[in-house]
Amino acid sequence: MTMAKKSTAFEYAPAPESRSIVDIKPSYGLFIDGEFVDGRGKSFKTISPSTEEVLAEIAEGDAADVDLAVKAARRAYTRVWSKMSGAERGKYLFRIARIIQERAREFAVLESIDNGKPIKETRDVDVPTVAAHFFYYAGWADKLGYAGYGEDPQPLGVAGQVIPWNFPLLMLAWKIAPALACGNTVVLKPAETTPLTALLFAEVCQQADLPPGVVNILTGAGETGRAIVSHPDVNKVAFTGSTDVGRAIAKAVAGSDKRVTLELGGKAANIVYDDAPVDQAVEGIVNGIFFNQGHVCCAGSRLLVQESIAEEVLAKLKRRMKTLRVGDPLDKNTDIGAINSAEQLAKIRELSEIGEAEGAERWAPKCDLPSTGFWFPPTIFTGVSQAHRIAREEIFGPVLSVLTFRTPKEAVEKANNTPFGLSAGIWTEKGSLILWTASQLRAGVVWSNTFNRFDPASPFGGYKESGYGREGGRHGLEAYLR
Amino acid sequence: MSARLDVKKTYKLYIGGDFPRSESGRSYVVNDAKGRFLANASQASRKDARDAVRAARTAFPGWSGKTAYNRGQVVYRIAEVLESRRDQFEAELRSSEGVTAAKARDFVSAAIDRLVFYAGWADKIAQVTGGANPVAGPYFNHSAPEPSGVVAVVAPKGPLLGLVSVVAPVITTGNTCVVIASEPHPLTSITLAEVMATSDLPGGVVNVLTGSVAEIAPWLASHLDVNGLDLTGVTDADLARTLEESAAENLKRVRRPGLEDLLAAPPLDRMTKFLETKTVWHPMGL
Repeated sequence: MTMAKKSTAFEYAPAPESRSIVDIKPSYGLFIDGEFVDGRGKSFKTISPSTEEVLAEIAEGDAADVDLAVKAARRAYTRVWSKMSGAERGKYLFRIARIIQERAREFAVLESIDNGKPIKETRDVDVPTVAAHFFYYAGWADKLGYAGYGEDPQPLGVAGQVIPWNFPLLMLAWKIAPALACGNTVVLKPAETTPLTALLFAEVCQQADLPPGVVNILTGAGETGRAIVSHPDVNKVAFTGSTDVGRAIAKAVAGSDKRVTLELGGKAANIVYDDAPVDQAVEGIVNGIFFNQGHVCCAGSRLLVQESIAEEVLAKLKRRMKTLRVGDPLDKNTDIGAINSAEQLAKIRELSEIGEAEGAERWAPKCDLPSTGFWFPPTIFTGVSQAHRIAREEIFGPVLSVLTFRTPKEAVEKANNTPFGLSAGIWTEKGSLILWTASQLRAGVVWSNTFNRFDPASPFGGYKESGYGREGGRHGLEAYLR
Repeated sequence: MSARLDVKKTYKLYIGGDFPRSESGRSYVVNDAKGRFLANASQASRKDARDAVRAARTAFPGWSGKTAYNRGQVVYRIAEVLESRRDQFEAELRSSEGVTAAKARDFVSAAIDRLVFYAGWADKIAQVTGGANPVAGPYFNHSAPEPSGVVAVVAPKGPLLGLVSVVAPVITTGNTCVVIASEPHPLTSITLAEVMATSDLPGGVVNVLTGSVAEIAPWLASHLDVNGLDLTGVTDADLARTLEESAAENLKRVRRPGLEDLLAAPPLDRMTKFLETKTVWHPMGL
């Protein structure tokens, strides 16, 4: 499971986090109007991507279920939630934040099992950021008149929200917290492969005594999502996921009064200038592309390194990659967990093969991968040209394309040569160069001398085909107010 | 002694700072409010729309790269030049739209004042919509608005105030645009283009097309080098829906049509709809 090491190095002993804290039921229904109800027959299995064991049978919401959920959300909106004072709404959100903190370990383990990501990430990043997000927006609920969207801004009504599998609970928080703070009610669909933490969140809503119908969780796949997005009584659609689905949603709502925010794909450039602190930059490159198995829309998947230091950076990067530990997501020493699904693994494999076929050079450290589950070693491609598909398409896996440049202008031109525009990275010790580069990059989030930082107070979202609207911060309120 | 024959003006398109005829060689008849012939306006084609997008894209780096203060001065300069030619605009509005002298005066005044209003916004919008973000860690974190890029605009009725109301907010923030002028009353929009051409506004920042909205707008809505689409002037709901569907192909920012009193104070989203928020992080430390 671990990388080959020199015989002199100390071996890591396994350090597995216990699963006993989570109680996964054999089957789950839909959470509508404050209660779990049985589905109407159709269901699907959610599996652990690291072992392929079936975790639970999950109800698949159909159009009639969606209609019930939207009706429940509308009732809750009209009768309760839109009439409640902002201060009271905020107190519910504070309660939710606290319960998530209380049950943090349970959420972290469950997320790790269902998603395949390492426990150290769910424990140290996902779950704390989720609690912080609810805490942050809780405080906005009674201060909306100060947010800059009018003196007495109003909620939109029912929000239909569809979220991806890469940060299941965190994306739920990004969607639900601002929606509720602004006085909207929600119907949310978690991703097909990662429904469990959303269903556990439904329990949190019950523990918090959240009025029934304010939050409805409908599990399902694409059809369920389509039914939510196209439901005529949904006032607002919020989606995080692929650019193709985002396009389809933008088309589906055309001509309606529905408001939309879309947070879509990316192909971020991570620019390393010749005066960069190389060791820190290497850590940033690793964090940029291998964090969360590279299942990150803002992943730094294109390394642009200045030609004069390319050799040194690559040598150090390879050396660092040899120390990455791939394996059991519940092991506290694991750096890279399982690929989320067989389908995603096939896509990563296909694009990597295309990378080789198009002439780029592939390298990965020697790596013993578990025999069951879905795994892909951390991989880099050198000799990549801008025309290569691995430099243009989102791979959404632990695969880095390395390109070089000679001048800052060339770096910016290459960085911007993509239909996406979600994020970017800059590494240099020169402040004026950071600010100039940041001003030239057509991307919504620019990390300089750092990468993949997230905070509830910090607006996140893309330019161009990475979507529109912002989540996080004061800016994140705009999507849920009129 | 015979009366002097006046020299009539040819109304052409405004693309990249020049006044070309439509490459299609087409024109359409524009009558005055009483149905008398006024002029043949250029009937822009798909190729003209594409040329205009290219001009707008070419102008974008320079215009968005200017300081906000400088952009504000240029927009103010448009107001100054418009004021100096207000008699001409009042006369044109009276003849083309048949409005009273008082109404024509109101429209011209409102158009000038609107330009002044937006001129003042140029170096304020970033402070109003951006700022520092107090993240939970040792980082400097700051958000600021940036223009979306090239915006295609369908101007509403009112060749002067209508066009100014939709174009000024878009360019003040650093976007460049291609605007389809009011189809029945395009001439004053072209006269306004003459004002813009002599107001230090770099060529290509505003490009004005005249002709059929139903014909030209779909090419702009589906153009992959256009970042935003303002449908204010689209009155046909079916056309608005199709245009929004086409715009989805590259996720254009779309401002849907809706009734709006152009004489009232404009909503902020005329600017913010075509702005992106960029957030920059940097660690703090010794």
